[in-house]
Formats: sequence, C-alpha cells, structure tokens
Amino acid sequence: MSESLSLRELIIQGTYLVSSVFFIVGLRGLSSPEKARAGMGYAAVGMLLAVAGTLIHAEIVSYTWVFWGLLAGSVIGVIIGRPLFITVPMTAMPQWVALSHAAGAVAATLVGVNEYMILSAAGTLPAGTMAALGFEVLLGALTVTGSVMAFGKLQEILPGRPVTWPLQNVMNLLLLAAALGLLVLLMLHPDRSTAFWVMLSIAAGLGILMVLPIGGADMPVVISLLNAYAGLSASAMGFALDNNLLIIVGALDGASGLLLSILMCKAMNRSFTNVIFGAFGAPTAAATGQLADGREMRAITPEDAAVRLAYARLVVVVPGYGLAVAQAQHALRELTDLLEKRGVEVKYAIHPVAGRMPGHMNVLLAEANVPYDRLFDMEEVNGEFPRTDVALVIGANDVVNPAARSDPGSPIYGMPILDVDKARSAMVLKRGKGAGFAGIENELFFDPKTFMLFGDAKASLTKLVTEVKSL
Amino acid sequence: MTLTTVIQLYVFVLAGFVGYQVISRVPPLLHTPLMSAANALTGISLVGSLVAAGSNHGTLSNVLGFIAVICATVNVVGGFLITDRMLKMFKRDDRKGK
Repeated sequence: MSESLSLRELIIQGTYLVSSVFFIVGLRGLSSPEKARAGMGYAAVGMLLAVAGTLIHAEIVSYTWVFWGLLAGSVIGVIIGRPLFITVPMTAMPQWVALSHAAGAVAATLVGVNEYMILSAAGTLPAGTMAALGFEVLLGALTVTGSVMAFGKLQEILPGRPVTWPLQNVMNLLLLAAALGLLVLLMLHPDRSTAFWVMLSIAAGLGILMVLPIGGADMPVVISLLNAYAGLSASAMGFALDNNLLIIVGALDGASGLLLSILMCKAMNRSFTNVIFGAFGAPTAAATGQLADGREMRAITPEDAAVRLAYARLVVVVPGYGLAVAQAQHALRELTDLLEKRGVEVKYAIHPVAGRMPGHMNVLLAEANVPYDRLFDMEEVNGEFPRTDVALVIGANDVVNPAARSDPGSPIYGMPILDVDKARSAMVLKRGKGAGFAGIENELFFDPKTFMLFGDAKASLTKLVTEVKSL
Repeated sequence: MTLTTVIQLYVFVLAGFVGYQVISRVPPLLHTPLMSAANALTGISLVGSLVAAGSNHGTLSNVLGFIAVICATVNVVGGFLITDRMLKMFKRDDRKGK
C-alpha cells in the first residue's frame, strides 16, 4: 500500500470509489417509493462505472471473451428482465429472484475456482488469500444449489413441504465442519487440490440439504439468507482479489439479506435457528373443517357476501399467499373499486410474512394498480379492526390465527398477527376446508362472526364483483 | 496478516454498517424491490469475472471467466430491469382529486 499507484491504477480506483458512493446513494433511494426509481438509476450508473473501471484493468489482455460474455449476458438479462419474450408474473417473483441469485453465485464460484487453479499451479497462494477464496467458493456453491432448490420448491417442480429425516441437522453440521476443516487444510497446504474439489462438492451438497427441510411459508427467510450469502461470497472475492469495490458491495448485500431475514423471523416470532433447523410446516393431522368441540365453519353464498360488503362502512382486506396462487389481485382490485364507488372505505392490511418473499403482497397489489397509500403495515392497521365492519381475508391463514395470541401450545404461539378476530365480522375466501401451510387448524374460521366463502379466490372474487354490480 | 488485509477488514465492517443503516430505513412496502435490487448488486461479481475472462492464464481460465461474465451480466441486467418494472408499479392514489 505504500508504493504509489500507476496512473491506470489511480483511474480504476477513482472509478471504483465513485461507483461505491453511487451504490449507497442508490440503496438510500429505496427508503421512499417516490425516490426509489431514481435511486436504482444511480445504482445502475454505479454498476456501469464498476464495469468501465474494470475493463481498463492491466490484467485484461484480450477482449474477445469479455465482449461476447457481456453481450450474451445482456441479451439473456434483457429477455428475462423485460416482458418481451417471457412474461414473469409478479406472483412468480420469489422464484425468479432465487434463480437470479443462483446466476450471480455461479459467477462468484467460477471466479474463485479459476483463481485457485491459477494461484495453486503457480505455487503462490498465501494462507490469507486461500481463506478468502475458500469462503468465496463455499458460500458461492452453497448459494447456487440452495437457490436452485428454492426455485424448484417455489415453482412446485419439487415438493414444497419440508423433507426431513432423523439426525438431519447433525449430519448437516458435520458436513459444514468437514468443509471448514478442509479449508484449514488448504490454508496450510494449498496444493492439495483434491481437498479443494471435495470442499466445493460438500458446499454444493449443503445448499441442497439446507433448503430441503424448509417449508413453503419459511421461504422468505431462506431467500433473504441466500441473498446475504451471495453478497458475502462477493465480499470474500474482494478479499482474495484485493478489490475494495467487491468488498463494499458484497457487504451492502450481506447486510441487506441479513436484515431482511431477521425482520422476517421477528414477524413470525421465531429464532433464526428455529427457521433453519426447525422444519416448520410438516403436515400434521388432516384438517376436517370441524373443531374438537364439534363447532363447524359457516359457509356464505356470494349473494349474501356481496350485500355484507356493499353496505359496510369500512372493509379491511387481508391478502395472503392464496391470492398470489389464484392470481386474483386484479379481480380483487375490481371489487374494491366497486366498493369504493359505493362509498365504502377500503384498506389493505399487509402482514410482514404474507406471501413467499418480504413485501410480496405489496408488489402484487401494486401490479393490480392498488395505490400504495392504501396498503398498511400490521402495526398501523391493527387498531382499526374493532371499527371494521368486514375483514375480508383472502387466502391467508396463519397470519390471522388467534391461536398465536391465546394458545401457548400452538406452534405459531407468540407470532404477531392481524387482529381479524376483533373485527365486527370476518369473511374468509378459502379454497377448501384444509389447514394452512403450517398445518394448524384456525379457530377464527369457526368464530360465529366469521363467514366462509369456499372456492378458488379468483372465481369467488369475480362472483362478488358481479353480485355487487347487480345491487 | 498484512496491513492491506487490515484495511480491507475496516472497509468490510464499515460498509456492512452503512448497509445496515441505509437498509433499515427501507419501508416494508418496498421489501421485494429491495431484495430484487440487492440481487442485482450481487452481480458485482462481474468485476472479478471480467478480469478472469480477459487475462492470459490459458483457455480454461478464459472459458470459466466467460461463463462467469455471462451469469453475472444476466444477474445485473435482469436484476435492474425487474426491479425497475416493479418500482414502476408503485403509484400514489391519483383518484383522490375526483
């Protein structure tokens, strides 16, 4: 660090410094919806500067591979990012983010592998660099396979239910210990390339094993966590390549992923370890639509439901993952528009873990043109329920289950919920009589103030629209 | 451990702290775009990939770099476009004036 830099090196470092500032300013923009798009513009400029600065790097002697790589990547990126050829619906956002994580992590892993091969062949691999490379490929490989698994589960190519077996956690921890042990061995003897490949394979295997036992409802935490891993992998790359820009942006990403996972865990009142090792959502006893004390759910016809909604003063809509599955957000918007025209006040109550990624419901409703000032966080809206005439629950279950407040024996006890049970009446749109993703029976559905409208959410909402129109 | 490594650790810790501060101000409303944006930023591994693809450490190295460049660019370009598409949808209530 004491020798002075060449002019070329100075230009590169200057560009990187400016680029880092742009990234931070860009992320800051996300603190309000008005500034968010401009903020992302800054971040994009930061990325362009990062690429431009790198392209004048002294080590780059030929631009053939660089050029074609950038071109091919951009074309594929545009195809995925712009709805020209493939339209990615907003409901499918979580799995696309997962897949995109995988792509970034593949890059980090390959760079690490490449760097290891070059340096170990040259015999110039200090322990510190080896440690950084080790963490880069460990986290990278884990993110690749973990993200692909998460994609498979969310896309329902793989079973969404947790897959568990005895001593699973012990096995995973032993594998992790083995991988770290190999890394220490490599730091002492960097030329033992077999150890490197075994370590890489274990990391890849761990990614799969880590996501297997995780149920659908816990996916938001996992996706955030994978985001953090991908970021930390980029940071490790920065340590290995002596590149401060990589370290900074990787750290920003790591912080973002970690913070989101913590927020998600808090919203479910569960610890980090419980989500990772807990295998929540295993199927329990089959739900029958009947409680132990013999109470049954009360069904309502669309005609009656429409009357109740149309003559209410305040309707609070509680959307859940079922809304996304049924792609019913547009039908919902149509219904609430009609209600608003009749003078009904409509609010949307968003639970932090509704859906399959943080903020999933917000994006879905924004897609259906619901203005964001109608969307309320749990804390903001919970006080409104006592004066709510109808709480309209669509495809949500565990986030409105009063057992979280009252039943210490319930697996979701202590989780903050939306107080739908305090509303004057509740109307629940639900596919069937089954239990929710967590496999827990919901007392709310048996409440005398609750009416159930069974059927596909979209079909039910469309019926409600027709009924309200004819009033 | 060299002085460079120590400075790098400073950079890492301070950047992580800045990240934490900045991101804790993002409202839950924008958590999905945030995640998508953070996802686009992980494409920063493009920086390392570009050098690998263009350096002269043999064809294997270039091919690995080439694949890495493609993956990282997909991550960056796709990530930024999807984030923008999402953010475009967030609108205030324009019907209040009626």
